[in-house]
Amino acid sequence: MRIKNQRDFFGGLMFTVVGVSFAWGATNYNIGEGARMGPGYFPLLIGSLLAILGLIVAFQGLVVEAEDGGKIGSFAWKPLGFIIGANLLFGVLLGGLPSVGIPAMGLIAAIYGLTILAAMAGDEFKWKEVLILGTVLAIGSYGAFVYLLKLQFQVWPSFIVS
Amino acid sequence: MELLNNLMLGFGVAVTPINLLYAFIGCLLGTLIGVLPGVGPVATIAMLLPATYALPPVSALIMLAGIYYGAQYGGSTTAILVNLPGESSSVVTVIDGYQMARQGRAGPALAAAGIGSFFAGCVGTLILAAFAAPLTEVAFKFGPAEYFSLMVLGLIGAVVLASGSLVKAIGMILLGLLLGLVGTDVNSGVARYSFDIPELTDGIGFIVIAMGVFGYGEIIMNLSKHESEREVFTGKVQGLMPTAQDFKHMAPAMLRGTFLGSALGILPGGGALLAAFAAYTVEKKVKLKPGEIPFGKGNIRGVAGPESANNAGSQTSFIPLLTLGIPPNAVMALMVGAMTIHNIQPGPQVMTSNPELFWGLIASMWVGNAMLVILNLPLIGLWIKLLTIPYRWLFPSIVLFCAIGVYSTNNNTFDVWMVALFGVVGYLFIKLGCEPAPLLLGLILGPMMEENLRRALLLSRGDWSVLVTRPLSASLLAVAALLVVIVALPSVKRRREEAFQEED
Repeated sequence: MRIKNQRDFFGGLMFTVVGVSFAWGATNYNIGEGARMGPGYFPLLIGSLLAILGLIVAFQGLVVEAEDGGKIGSFAWKPLGFIIGANLLFGVLLGGLPSVGIPAMGLIAAIYGLTILAAMAGDEFKWKEVLILGTVLAIGSYGAFVYLLKLQFQVWPSFIVS
Repeated sequence: MELLNNLMLGFGVAVTPINLLYAFIGCLLGTLIGVLPGVGPVATIAMLLPATYALPPVSALIMLAGIYYGAQYGGSTTAILVNLPGESSSVVTVIDGYQMARQGRAGPALAAAGIGSFFAGCVGTLILAAFAAPLTEVAFKFGPAEYFSLMVLGLIGAVVLASGSLVKAIGMILLGLLLGLVGTDVNSGVARYSFDIPELTDGIGFIVIAMGVFGYGEIIMNLSKHESEREVFTGKVQGLMPTAQDFKHMAPAMLRGTFLGSALGILPGGGALLAAFAAYTVEKKVKLKPGEIPFGKGNIRGVAGPESANNAGSQTSFIPLLTLGIPPNAVMALMVGAMTIHNIQPGPQVMTSNPELFWGLIASMWVGNAMLVILNLPLIGLWIKLLTIPYRWLFPSIVLFCAIGVYSTNNNTFDVWMVALFGVVGYLFIKLGCEPAPLLLGLILGPMMEENLRRALLLSRGDWSVLVTRPLSASLLAVAALLVVIVALPSVKRRREEAFQEED
């Protein structure tokens, strides 16, 4: 059998999987009854509803033809990887990872790291341009967030500060 | 007379030099960030929210109102100049606005949006001031059953507005409700779905999800398109102000838009968005005058009508927030978050317990509107320059602002990991054709719905019929059911699809 609308089919599947997981998770908590609901009552109710709804959506995806074919299309792995990676790198550089012994490098290093990695997601990448952009963003962010708004950031690497 | 006294009190609070300064800064920042493609009011407010933590409550809310209007107008600017709606309610502005810009009439289009918004904002403020008090009286009649039914109505209202499939939108609401349940259950103290991660016992932050799903998801989607598909229009803009002929065309459109917007904005469930769509449909139904440009080809009415409706709607959508404490849309949900941070529980008691804040906020919304026109009309030329920044410089900056914004809400890198996760989820949503906006409403309403349902059923000893035997609750549910039926009707369904296809 051919899936007539991939987006609906897999979207419905996603709803069902999430719904079932929440409903199943809810059974670990006290369910209670209508008059005295336990912490599991509402999640079980909503989770089951979502699971049923997901099945309806998935079924529609199987039988109802979509005008544009309902194709999901290929995933844009490159932007996905670099954007999310840049975000993760920002977190690692800013706060460090004490569990594996990576020290915090501070805000400035994190800004450069994020800018360089994120820029790689684009169609073209020029080192000079990206470094200038990073510098502008670092100065701007320091001025706006640290100097003017007085947000609490570790600005410089911990081995310099301490 | 009481109305005048109240407004006087409000203006007394709002119009102090320092508050005017905050309104100005808020408007400026909001416009600056809102004008960036792909950054709508939700992301802008989320980003700038931490900046208001340190201010006194009234000033913070005034600054947020400024940011809100700035961001909304900034979104319209991007819609008109680069054919990129920064937020859902400016999608109709794109249709005729961008055509005007391509004909070198971006100036009149931007001015029409600004003037229309200001006019609608003034009317909306008056309506808000006049009806807030009587509606608060109604609010005190609300028990848990009514609140629950009202939230159902609000969520259904949000669904009606989502452009894709109805069932999928309901699915996204339920998903949002479930995500909202993560964290400590207030009644039993049990930490639900937290997997023994201490940060998760506080729940998943709204900002984390908004930034990840909207910010990162959109950027990844944009980058996956070929460069030619997201080309930015950078032609020369001629003439700033509309001609006398333009004014003659747009004045009635502004009036109609304002009326529609004010009425629809009161409904919980994204009134401003619905208003913009409705206003555009109405304008298209009104016969063209001789010599007028057809719709879709750059008719100024197609900009002025929806923009007025949008602004009037966003003004009156403060009514359900301030009187019932129910956020009608994602932006208002963020405002609730901001109020809670300042120890204000939005709801009917704000007006009596904190009248300076209540009327001050209403007055400050007018101030924000006025500030917007003063700030933006002379600056239209500058905004256009800002948009000539290449996208390859723009998107790393947006990613950075999202990351900094998320980190600074809790000063915790855990939020940075979470936003990465929701970035992937957001991209998946786009790929699967699931609109994320209803999810945000569900997320914010989830705990409130559970709480009120629990209370209602506790009072009725587990009898579910309490939801339909109390007249107010029953009528709210009836309206919700009616909405579903109307949307599901074949003829309306077709028209709704047509209306949504036009803006593609």
